[in-house]
Amino acid sequence: MEITRDKLQEMYKKMLLTRKFEEKVAYFFSMGMVHGTTHLYVGEEATATGVCCALRKEDLITSTHRGHGHCISKGIDLKRMTAELLGKETGYCRGKGGSMHIADLSRGNLGANGVVGGGQPIAVGAALTTKMKKIDRIVACFFGDGASNEGSFHESLNLASVWKLPVLFVCENNLYGMSTPLKAHANVEDLSVRSMSYGIPGKRIDGNDAVAVYLETLKARKYVAKNGPMLLVCETYRYLGHSKSDANVYRTKEEINDWKTNRDAIKRMSAYLLENGFSSEEIESMDKDTTRQMEEAVEFAQNSPFPPLSSITEDVYA
Amino acid sequence: MREITYAQALKEAMCEEMVRDEDVFLMGEDVGLYGGAFGVSIGMFDQFGPERIRDTPISEAVIAGCAAGAAVTGMRPIAEIMFSDFTTIAMDQLVNQAAKMRYMFGGKAKVPMVLRTPEGSGTGAAAQHSQSLEAWFCHVPGLKVVAPSTPYDAKGLLKAAIRDDNPVLFFEQKLLYRKKGLVPDEGEEYVIPLGKADVKREGGDVTIVAYGRMLQVALDAAGELAQKGIEAEIVDPRTLYPLDADAIIRSVKKTTRAVIVHEACKTGGLGGEIAAIIAQSEAFFYLDAPITRVCGLDTPIPYCPELEKNVVPTVEGIVREVEQLMR
Repeated sequence: MEITRDKLQEMYKKMLLTRKFEEKVAYFFSMGMVHGTTHLYVGEEATATGVCCALRKEDLITSTHRGHGHCISKGIDLKRMTAELLGKETGYCRGKGGSMHIADLSRGNLGANGVVGGGQPIAVGAALTTKMKKIDRIVACFFGDGASNEGSFHESLNLASVWKLPVLFVCENNLYGMSTPLKAHANVEDLSVRSMSYGIPGKRIDGNDAVAVYLETLKARKYVAKNGPMLLVCETYRYLGHSKSDANVYRTKEEINDWKTNRDAIKRMSAYLLENGFSSEEIESMDKDTTRQMEEAVEFAQNSPFPPLSSITEDVYA
Repeated sequence: MREITYAQALKEAMCEEMVRDEDVFLMGEDVGLYGGAFGVSIGMFDQFGPERIRDTPISEAVIAGCAAGAAVTGMRPIAEIMFSDFTTIAMDQLVNQAAKMRYMFGGKAKVPMVLRTPEGSGTGAAAQHSQSLEAWFCHVPGLKVVAPSTPYDAKGLLKAAIRDDNPVLFFEQKLLYRKKGLVPDEGEEYVIPLGKADVKREGGDVTIVAYGRMLQVALDAAGELAQKGIEAEIVDPRTLYPLDADAIIRSVKKTTRAVIVHEACKTGGLGGEIAAIIAQSEAFFYLDAPITRVCGLDTPIPYCPELEKNVVPTVEGIVREVEQLMR
């Protein structure tokens, strides 16, 4: 079997955790408990989970402003992640980073990023370290369709291709930048063709099919580790707005409902599990388990203290 | 001691650090076989090879960002941007990424990179190749900013910058590359700590704070002033952030007059910052005259040589300002 039972279970749980985490964050916001804004991954779970579960533990990732899904699937500590969103001292970044800057270097997560395209050059640098130190690993660089228009995209793919650096560039095409639809911000419908400019392979896949994303990433990982960069475009969709202040005026309720009802990644994954040897009891138990994990994380975060004022001036310099 | 050029001093610093630490490497446009646009890295490609002396495409954003990514994952890159004017293309990676990763990640990351870049006017390269933008980077917490004025300082400070675990903007002065100065003999290693100023000339009548190319201009002015019976003390900050404010305050308390000289244009330049530091310190109560700035004009750098010369502080200009202060 190309994909083991354990792996399927891991993937399903991570997708559930991602959905529940994001829905919990949305709830926190509605209760006025979270400072600032956040960019939720609801609907896109299959891409982060499929890619990250096909990576090895030692592989690195760079993430985006919409990074909770990548963080969870790369194996982050849910309690510390929840605490970070509430700005607590026990958070990943000691409350200094917030939603857009969560990082866990010990687990190979080089950070969510508040600048669109900001993680691309960093991924290239991490891949350069990998090559120079002859480490057997790759770097997966997540970014959206909007980010593929930033100058940093061009510079990063170009340098990675010239130096043959092991970067898997993963474009999460959710069909909109912030409010601008793909056809208004790019002159190509298939973003994977942009790989041609750099002489590297490009592939476009159904980003809502977690198993397909996983299998494709396994292949891509093998290629990248040996040859250098490639571009993988995962077609997906976000159910919620760009950020918390988005009223979704730029897309129709019909479109959103179509994706929710007919193309939902989690529904598809549970159907796949049922067809491949999992019982509905097992699926229910995973559901209960992830709900419990989420509740524990929330309790931990809510009971944690805020950082002291003295921490304002800490860690500006090493 | 032996005499070498500022460019040679920089090269020696890089070579010594690259021999000492295999994680140090150089990347930038034309730094390899070409030896760097200003010849600083001539010979380094032969010594260290293409793995550690890396020619990049013309891509300043990824030059800076790749350095940041390599640094945060364990390397100690020296990235070169050919003209400091082009740091503008790399601003997100320098300001939003490299400078802030450590803080945003709660202290878990460190970004030990050096961004070397030549600044300054006088080569006829005109407005887009002649700026002095160091003040911008002093305004970004998380960065350190260095501007050496002599070969001795250039070598010692670059070694310190490479060993520093923070992102350091290292501003070299174009017109100083060919200037010679004394450095210790080979084998006599030295490192100049960041954040320490240097009194380049002692005197009792006026403190002149000057850095970069203006250091020598100030020294020349001090020579002329001495003939008029005015003894100037020249304080070279060497590191612009973190600034050695104590050294400046100590000197001004002694001389009771302060003049700040920089090539960068006056408005928003470091002169204002240093003046405020002096004004808010003990030294305020010792001042016998207003704190004075002698700086570049608030204009882009013009092309015509006669115009170009007169946009920046001159020996005559400094002498005139100091004489006025002494009345």
